[in-house]
Amino acid sequence: MYDFAYHKPATVADAVKLLAADGDAKALAGGQTLIPTLKQRLAKPSAVVDLSAIKDLAGIAVAGGKVTIGAMTRHGDVAASADVKKALPALAALADGIGDPQVRNRGTIGGSIANNDPAADYPAACLALGATIKTNSREIPADAFFLGMFETALKPGEIILSVSFPIPEKAAYAKFGQPASRYALVGVMVAKTASGARVAVTGAAAAVFRWSEAEAALSKSWNAASLDGVKVSPDGLNSDIHAAADYRAHLVGVMAKRAVTAAG
Amino acid sequence: MAIDGIGAAVRRKEDYRFLTGQGNYTDDISRPNQVHAYFVRAQTAHAKIVRIDTAKAKAAEGVVAVFTGPDMAADAIGGLPCGWLVKNKDGSPMQEPAHPVLALERVRHVGDPIAVVVAETLSQAKDAAELLDIELADLPAVVGLVDALKPGAPAVHAGGNLCFDWHIGDADQVAAAFKNAYKVAKIDLVNNRLIANPMEPRAAVGEYDRATGEYTLFTTSQNPHVIRLLMGAFVLHIPESRLRVVAPDVGGGFGSKIYHYAEEAFVTWAAPKVGRPVKWTAERGESFMSDAQGRDHVTHAELALDKNGKFLALKVNTIANMGAYLSTFAPAIPTYLYATLLAGVYTTPAIYAEVKAVFTNTVPVDAYRGAGRPEAAFLIERIVDIAAAEMGMDRVEIRKRNFIPTNAFPYQTPVALQYDSGDYFATLEGAMKAIDYAGFEARRAAAKKHGKLRGIGISTYVEACGIAPSNIAGALGARAGLYECANVRVHPTGSVTLFTGCHSHGQGHETTYAQLIAERLGIGLDQIEVSHGDTNKIPFGMGTYGSRSLAVGGTAVVKALDKIVDKAKKIAAHLLEAAEADIEFKDGKFTVAGTDKSKSFGEIALTAYVPHNYPLETLEPGLDETAFYDPKNFTFPGGAHICEVEIDPQTGVVKVVDFAACDDVGRVVNPMIVEGQVHGGLAQGIGQALMEECVYDDKGQLRSGSFMDYTMPRADDLPSFKVSTAITLCTHNPLGVKGVGEVGAIGSPPAVINAVVDALKDYGVRHIDMPATPQKIWAIVNGGHRMAAE
Repeated sequence: MYDFAYHKPATVADAVKLLAADGDAKALAGGQTLIPTLKQRLAKPSAVVDLSAIKDLAGIAVAGGKVTIGAMTRHGDVAASADVKKALPALAALADGIGDPQVRNRGTIGGSIANNDPAADYPAACLALGATIKTNSREIPADAFFLGMFETALKPGEIILSVSFPIPEKAAYAKFGQPASRYALVGVMVAKTASGARVAVTGAAAAVFRWSEAEAALSKSWNAASLDGVKVSPDGLNSDIHAAADYRAHLVGVMAKRAVTAAG
Repeated sequence: MAIDGIGAAVRRKEDYRFLTGQGNYTDDISRPNQVHAYFVRAQTAHAKIVRIDTAKAKAAEGVVAVFTGPDMAADAIGGLPCGWLVKNKDGSPMQEPAHPVLALERVRHVGDPIAVVVAETLSQAKDAAELLDIELADLPAVVGLVDALKPGAPAVHAGGNLCFDWHIGDADQVAAAFKNAYKVAKIDLVNNRLIANPMEPRAAVGEYDRATGEYTLFTTSQNPHVIRLLMGAFVLHIPESRLRVVAPDVGGGFGSKIYHYAEEAFVTWAAPKVGRPVKWTAERGESFMSDAQGRDHVTHAELALDKNGKFLALKVNTIANMGAYLSTFAPAIPTYLYATLLAGVYTTPAIYAEVKAVFTNTVPVDAYRGAGRPEAAFLIERIVDIAAAEMGMDRVEIRKRNFIPTNAFPYQTPVALQYDSGDYFATLEGAMKAIDYAGFEARRAAAKKHGKLRGIGISTYVEACGIAPSNIAGALGARAGLYECANVRVHPTGSVTLFTGCHSHGQGHETTYAQLIAERLGIGLDQIEVSHGDTNKIPFGMGTYGSRSLAVGGTAVVKALDKIVDKAKKIAAHLLEAAEADIEFKDGKFTVAGTDKSKSFGEIALTAYVPHNYPLETLEPGLDETAFYDPKNFTFPGGAHICEVEIDPQTGVVKVVDFAACDDVGRVVNPMIVEGQVHGGLAQGIGQALMEECVYDDKGQLRSGSFMDYTMPRADDLPSFKVSTAITLCTHNPLGVKGVGEVGAIGSPPAVINAVVDALKDYGVRHIDMPATPQKIWAIVNGGHRMAAE
């Protein structure tokens, strides 16, 4: 990796100040993407602002019909949390399926959604559950947060503090792993909420998206059979050595049905 | 004292240091004052080197030197040699293009080294590498091996893309047999290119002692003496007496660490140039583009049958990819280690195979676990299943009907090899029993109820290990001997060090060889150390590949032990005042036959080194014997692998739900190690069948260039294997051993694909090329992409 300055602020305010003062500085959460990128010399930040010493950023709270997870909470902690398992088991299960134990013990929810990898799991949960992303300056609804490939609504220097998930009536996540990396080749999160069904798809396109046809069908009748004949167009879906767009489109349907069945 | 000899499933002596992180790998070796080398590699598959300006890089902080191809050429450094000359059909030699250590004039594959920056730290070397001004003019690349032979294809070398056009067998006899065929089974198949991916990436440290003129190379090698010979004699022109090659602990090889690589030659050459030790360790990405890759065949084959399903003749036409340059043993793999195995376990009386080897703008291809034999087994076991379908015969029955009868050994095949022993009925029966073959249809029906497609596939295979003998291999083009060496050094108090020319990089030699010695000398394993991997310690050696370490290396150990025991008996006879012929040696004791007079092994050892009461006039002191063993023949492990799969038709995922392997590996020294070897081989074979694939795009870019895209098999992809043995003894080595290192990777791929094809039989599928990925299976089930299936 290239040389960079290293900062480890103790407060959000200090972190924001450091990032504001240096446009080429990068925030470091769990480092599951940033560190490999640095090691391969694919990024050359002037400074790395390590958020791991900011105590307020980690933690899980269940209150007011919401599960709120601090940005620096590790995937492994979400997966193991008795509170999350009880209130929103689909989210604990999703966290338990991210990467491998090493990744889950380092990776954080804030890092995952700020990076918005097209094959990441958490963005699907945020979108399907209608989460709210709280930053140092505002609250952003998930529907307005994920803009495109590795692109979010975050402004330069803006730091995610926490993510709040409204507790749905039912939810589940079904993932088809890319055979080599085991990232989501296709991951579908479904949620039954008071205001209808929500379906979010990750891995299949440039960025996570909501599948409105499936939402309409499931809002009418919440069962897997409702999705018979509901199809995603392969146009614009990802195509690579593991899956052409038509196969991905097909898997979106299969995973959506499996998620609905799993949600009960 | 209980002796852990032959047959004892003792835990591996070496594992304590590995499991506690105390192994000593090449990257663990740091020499005082060393500098670091960073290789700048081609990012395009084929280009002319227009200009390399090193001035800025040389001036960068910490840089000691920058070298390019012309620097080595100016020193008259030779190209990397090829160790096997294959001849064309007309007897002319193969095309053997130069393989410069650092590219000269042209780069020919992504990863081809262009320049090396040597600096105080690796980071400084990398910084400086970015300052190199390299101008390349891209040339059109050829990637696919069929494309390489098309007229007008871009030429990888001046002599064109054909390396050799070779054949074996009797074409006329085969043609005649086909005329009388009742049916002909045909197949077109691809044997997918693989990347070995040992856990430890390659590394090398070169050192030069100005005072003595001695060079030392620490390297990740399966055969340090071979590297010393090739590098010393052909590349750097250093006498062996001044070149020490050390391959310390090596973390897996699978063939990819047999070859002499550019980086080894470079660090050894550069050490005196910069006056400091030079170290290089591959990053994983470099391994993907610079370790020799495996397999990569395209084959058309036809099998002629009579009306009873007996095989009459087999004809095979294979194109094999060599990559951009000839790796050390590349030409031998698709010829003498592939086409000679095309009889398989069957009595097919006539066989003719033609093999063309081609150059492409891809990473060089060479032996990878199995090396030629998996390609042969895959072809045979696939076409036998197709033949069964053509004939409407049961897949077990057609095999049994064509097996070489158990009483027909030694059996001469029509493709040069003579199998010494085997019992293919016994191994097939063993595997069928283990997997409950008879109960399969009930399991298929049960799976169907759950919406799953279940299939079962058989592979009955034979392979050839311990490549030999040297004189015949030499006549066939080998440029090296194929014997092995062992030096058994008994120390004065009776402990023993074995110096073996084989090399352990996961095989467990330190335990298996110790068991041979314990068995013979009647001493405990704790009294025995096994030393390997250092040319300054070991008299000589050809290393470890081709499952040779026990059949060839172990026999050398036995021969050396014979000499030890012979001499010890003489000493015992002297001490016991008896005739040598009356001395019996058993359980570590020398006894005068019919008496209770005896001496322990330790007493004899002490006498040999403290020869106060010793026949000095007729016998030299000391107890230290060396033996070289050149095998009389290959050994022929074989067996039956049966795979059961379940396919999810909605996603195309193939799950291996059960796998039974019953192998004949000859006598088993350590059953636990044998089982472990089979497990590892099966994992790699199942990996080839379902997951692994080295993919280049049409410009020669490696698309599967990391573990993010190259699918390695993982523990949760595999069932709990049912592994057993049903052995016959090798008839031409004293231990009766055959070899086990590769059987898993050889027998399993066709068993998996046969099972997948069986599961999909209602879809009209005859063949699926490896790897049978979910996407490919889905395309078949979906009825779409017919290109995925024949």
